[in-house]
Amino acid sequence: MNGLSTVKYMNPVSMEAIQSSRVEPGDELALVRAAKSGDISAFEQLVKRYDRNIFRLAQHITQNREDAEDVVQEAFLKAYTHLNGFQEQSKFYTWLVRIAVNESLMKLRRRRADKTVSLDQEIETEENSMPREVTDWRPNPEQEYRQAEMNQILAKTIGGLPGGFRTVFVLRDVEGLSTEETAEALQLSVPAVKSRLLRARLQLRERLNKYFKKPQEVEGKA
Amino acid sequence: MTCKDFLKELTDYLDGAIDTRTRAELEEHLLWCHNCHVICDTTQKTIQIYRDAQPYELPESLRTRLQKAIMSKCKCVAPAKSKPKRKRARAKSK
Repeated sequence: MNGLSTVKYMNPVSMEAIQSSRVEPGDELALVRAAKSGDISAFEQLVKRYDRNIFRLAQHITQNREDAEDVVQEAFLKAYTHLNGFQEQSKFYTWLVRIAVNESLMKLRRRRADKTVSLDQEIETEENSMPREVTDWRPNPEQEYRQAEMNQILAKTIGGLPGGFRTVFVLRDVEGLSTEETAEALQLSVPAVKSRLLRARLQLRERLNKYFKKPQEVEGKA
Repeated sequence: MTCKDFLKELTDYLDGAIDTRTRAELEEHLLWCHNCHVICDTTQKTIQIYRDAQPYELPESLRTRLQKAIMSKCKCVAPAKSKPKRKRARAKSK
């Protein structure tokens, strides 16, 4: 096999490690409890901690910047007004993500008033996610594009995924939630999350092929 | 192991959520199957590119505006009291 011996796989990154490096769980819980007891500045710290993540998540789901801005405001306001209903059995962030996902889906429903939108929408069959094109990529292809150009490619590519796949990919691979946390936030089973994640990753890979594949395979099929 | 078996395990393999024996079988498959090797490698790069790039960053000016809007709304409402837990239903009296 060509050059296999020289390829080094990156160590799989533990999503839990990413998540735990971002927030100390005890610290988060202390803020939540302080906010519950009326300390609004504690809630403000939670807003500052998670607003970027909620905005990214909302923009990924709604594919619309204004809707994402609304979702950020509505999700935090809803979290604040229902804070005493948060039972502390999961992380605050997972609970907040669930609220933000629901708010984002409501935005989509309003925009497509005649359609029902759910995470199950447009879920394709397993066969549709099977790799069709198997071509190697150039080394560090992302460095060949300017940052703005690259962001456009990534936004367009992920925007083309069915909503149910896109949301799982964003929570798991972009936001760094564990499989179990993703399942909890989306109210899906763990096997359903794994299945959607696999299909999302394979479809994204396939869609990125046209930008990143090796030049000789662009000109003529290898 | 077939390529289909490999693909089924790909997500757990990339996440490091797999037992040693299955991992060894997958890596043995990768040694001779070029297609699975390419799919594995490019899928891993796909994840890494999205993780590093994060195309929807929140600009600082917008962030400040949103934070102000959220906090001013929060100041106008109080957190709702949690609902009291329901007591167990009484046994039916006969």
